[in-house]
Amino acid sequence: MTERIHDGTAGGTDDVQGLPETTDTTDAPHGDGDLATRDGHGELPARFENPGLPAHVYRRSDIDPKAAIRREREVATFFGLSTLGTVLFIVAYFAIKPAGKSGNDLLRTVGLETKLLGLGLGIALFCIGAGAIHWAKTLMPDDEIISVRKPMRSSDEDRADAIAALKDGAAGAGLGRRKLIRNSLLGALAPLGLLAIIPLRDLGPLPGASLAYTAWGPGKRLVTDPTGRPIKAADVPIGGVIHVQPEGVDEMAHPLNERAKATTLVIRLEPDEITDPKQKKWAVDGIVAYSKVCTHVGCPVGLYEQQTHHLLCPCHQSTFDVTKDCAVIFGPAARPLPQLPLAVDSAGYLVSSEDYQEPVGPSFWERGRR
Amino acid sequence: MTRLSKPLAVLRGLSRRRRHRLAPVVLLLLALGATGGAYAAFAPTGKAAAAAGVSTQTLEQGRDLYLKNCATCHGLNAEGSGTDGPSLIGVGAASVDFQVGTGRMPAKELGAQIQAKRQFFNDEQISALAAYVASLGPGPAIPSDKDLDYSNSNIAQGGEIYRTNCAMCHNFAGSGGALTRGKYAPSLKKTTPRHMYEAMLTGPQSMPVFGDGTMTPDEKREIIGFLKTTSAEPSPGGFALGKIGPVSEGAVGWLVGLGALVACAVWLGAKAR
Repeated sequence: MTERIHDGTAGGTDDVQGLPETTDTTDAPHGDGDLATRDGHGELPARFENPGLPAHVYRRSDIDPKAAIRREREVATFFGLSTLGTVLFIVAYFAIKPAGKSGNDLLRTVGLETKLLGLGLGIALFCIGAGAIHWAKTLMPDDEIISVRKPMRSSDEDRADAIAALKDGAAGAGLGRRKLIRNSLLGALAPLGLLAIIPLRDLGPLPGASLAYTAWGPGKRLVTDPTGRPIKAADVPIGGVIHVQPEGVDEMAHPLNERAKATTLVIRLEPDEITDPKQKKWAVDGIVAYSKVCTHVGCPVGLYEQQTHHLLCPCHQSTFDVTKDCAVIFGPAARPLPQLPLAVDSAGYLVSSEDYQEPVGPSFWERGRR
Repeated sequence: MTRLSKPLAVLRGLSRRRRHRLAPVVLLLLALGATGGAYAAFAPTGKAAAAAGVSTQTLEQGRDLYLKNCATCHGLNAEGSGTDGPSLIGVGAASVDFQVGTGRMPAKELGAQIQAKRQFFNDEQISALAAYVASLGPGPAIPSDKDLDYSNSNIAQGGEIYRTNCAMCHNFAGSGGALTRGKYAPSLKKTTPRHMYEAMLTGPQSMPVFGDGTMTPDEKREIIGFLKTTSAEPSPGGFALGKIGPVSEGAVGWLVGLGALVACAVWLGAKAR
């Protein structure tokens, strides 16, 4: 059962009722019960009077008929805008003609049509909703309604009936009597767990040694990525950078995996800028090659700054110094980039003299066990 | 005689009264004007003859411009000054055309990176400077119009080459990107094909060198074709938000889109007055 409540006087003034008075009649020493004047014992009164709802606040449109008419007009404006949106949609649909256009002209025309259709449809739908909401908020009745909570508990009769029905059903199924059915049902349900466990096999197979080796090896030519041209050592300018892959990587099994591991950056430094002896040994006249897979999380480290010889990874800004064998000088990478040993073949093309001497890319548990 | 004779004294007095007190100033201005005018009339005009091949006059003009504008940082013989400017011997005409043509040189502020500014010299002066620097040592030449013609280039392949070699610094659409410590790869939206070619060839500042042996002229043309074609294409949504990807798109999505939704939710729940 519901009842509308209007507390306070008509006229829209807030009528804040005072704090409740206690109806406690015990003699125990306690405070007044009035929350504002609690004594040091901190006791609360035993019962509160229901303070009721605050006074209903009237809207301007409830009090002033002229305000109500203004609100009506506002709602009508929303609905009018919606109609305009519909008109915009229809006009745009028929007036804009992409047929017969091509290239950028076509893209521009289609773009304009799409925008106007979207705008028209959006305005049409939004303004209907906005108008309805505005109507409901400003003009429809907004009295507070009280819905009394019904008791949840069913009657004792109903409860007894329900229990009896359950018992009858169970007896009818006869599960207790029919042992063959019961045992075969258990025998069918128990192995169902295997159906969830066995497909976990597809989490594997473990990578094994596949992360430890790449497609590079003795005598593998370096070819440009993506055009696939071999590179002569004499053609590489000082300060130059080339992104390379091993020759024939696209013909291997799983070419994308192989490309991801083998991707390499070739940089030419002045020969006297290299001080590390290992780096010098694996370089060819100032030309060095490093793995492009960042040792942090594996992004391609391609941003080479020619003047500072720094190699920057764009993902987390690990910075490697190429003149110091790609030692990490900034950022979260833990290890320097692996270097690819280079050589020159008889025709003058750059080749790798062997595979990377350590696994490329980010760390993993078995990394040291190559 | 220690005393002037009377007639001379009278004459001197007269002449003193006849000279206006500003006469020396006027005389000085006239003398300066005469000297300047004589210089302007007789000094060489520096208008190089438009001849095929480099004339001595162009080289002279280039050397003259170099000494007046570049020698402070790059040295009197373009040998470089260690701290302020590198040596220009062997950088070639392409470097000069790029650096001076994009306004980067003459450098104004020496910060993390020299910025492109309004072109300071006119085209003729740039050619003279380029010719002079090219005469100092062999280096990359300015690309011809045929070198820049990408009308027959495979633009899709240009996109692939750009993506592998350039997009990590310059962004997938050529909007530019950040490098370390204040350096940056600039936006390519307003760069001319000639300057793009020259930048690839000479590797200015932090950019690596993409010589013709490692990135063939065909590939360079393909890249230029890709950049020019995609930057001329209209954005399908109407506003590309700078073509810098998730940062601007996310900002608009969260602030404008979600903001509008939150505003609607607040409006829905607010009591009407």
